Amino acid sequence: MIEQLASKVNANPALVRRGRRLSIEFLIEIGERAFHVTVEQGRIAGVEEGPFIMRAWSFAIRAPEAVWEKFWQPHPDPGFQDIFAMNRFGHCRVEGDINILLCHLRYVKDVLATPRRPRIGDNSDG
Amino acid sequence: MVELEPIIGRYLTLSIAGRDHRIYFEEAGQGTPLVCLHTAGAHSSQFRHLMCDPAVTDRFRVMAFDLPWHGKSTPPPGWQDEEYLLTSDFYVAAVIAFLDALELDKPVVMGCSMGGRVVIRLAVEHSQRMQAVIGLEGSDRPAPWYDNSWTDHPDFVNGDFCVGLVSGLCAPQSPDEFRWETLWHYYQGGTGVFKGDMHFFRTDSDYTANSADIDTALCPVYLMTGEYDYSCTPEATIRTADRIPGAEAIIMKEVGHFPMSENPTAFRAYLLPVLDSIQART
Repeated sequence: MIEQLASKVNANPALVRRGRRLSIEFLIEIGERAFHVTVEQGRIAGVEEGPFIMRAWSFAIRAPEAVWEKFWQPHPDPGFQDIFAMNRFGHCRVEGDINILLCHLRYVKDVLATPRRPRIGDNSDG
Repeated sequence: MVELEPIIGRYLTLSIAGRDHRIYFEEAGQGTPLVCLHTAGAHSSQFRHLMCDPAVTDRFRVMAFDLPWHGKSTPPPGWQDEEYLLTSDFYVAAVIAFLDALELDKPVVMGCSMGGRVVIRLAVEHSQRMQAVIGLEGSDRPAPWYDNSWTDHPDFVNGDFCVGLVSGLCAPQSPDEFRWETLWHYYQGGTGVFKGDMHFFRTDSDYTANSADIDTALCPVYLMTGEYDYSCTPEATIRTADRIPGAEAIIMKEVGHFPMSENPTAFRAYLLPVLDSIQART
């Protein structure tokens, strides 16, 4: 699913517009695999798989692969529908610069959920 | 000729805790008053679907008011230099002032989220006045699920943040149109109001010491919570119902934290039997 992140986000003008003030690097960990995501003005400029040695990132969202699988279902089970839900119930860990994450929370949440749907811009989000 | 919705909005001034507040409320229907309390940082529009449902309005006078600082209710004069902090005492006083002003006889009071919390105290202290209470996404004990000390930081003081914060509380099955309308209510909230409501919800509403005192023969208590709610979890609701002898907990499938506005069709299927049950007891 993570492989589709850049193409799906970048093909969604509404989502790119929402993130137009954001240029950042963050980390998604899927089990043992780490993915470094670079955002440039709302576009996903790159998704690079680790391992990394001292690579910089602002915040990291870490969860076992089975959790991300549940999160990316079209209708996730209760507790797996949102990173805050998963964080509350201990399914994932949200770490690092929480400030920048929260400043752009809706954008980041929409980016993370993008693999779940064909295109967010196809619904009323646009 | 366009078709007008049956909802009518009015204003009145309520004296709450010794201070006048200009309050907006809307209503539809006839019969037993069903007074609805909105969630934190939102307003009475959350109940618009209920007010347009003849299965409800044929027998209930559905009413919802905006708390001071919310929706179309005005913040009190001098607000510009105040920090808004909702307290348990003020919240209860506001509801009672509304019931008094409109001379509502034995209403059913139904609140969601922080409204679902305050109905517990209303039932403890004012059971004689009410026919029943319904707590949606309600419990008798705060259970904060995130650090909110930073939520009045200038970086976050905008609607986008509040929407991002609560967006996951809607169930994935809720229709996009109504999910986003529900979130729009959070875009509309005044600066600092959501955090001010959290003062009540997180720190000033632990009713566990008294909730067992509710006489549910006099004032039945129904607690209805969506399975996707991670703010007020189904477990928290069930624990609350376990503490209140006679209280009924209902866990709603494929529903989140805003049942009446995020998925009105799913919600009414759960609510109508509860309203039937309340009416059957009178």
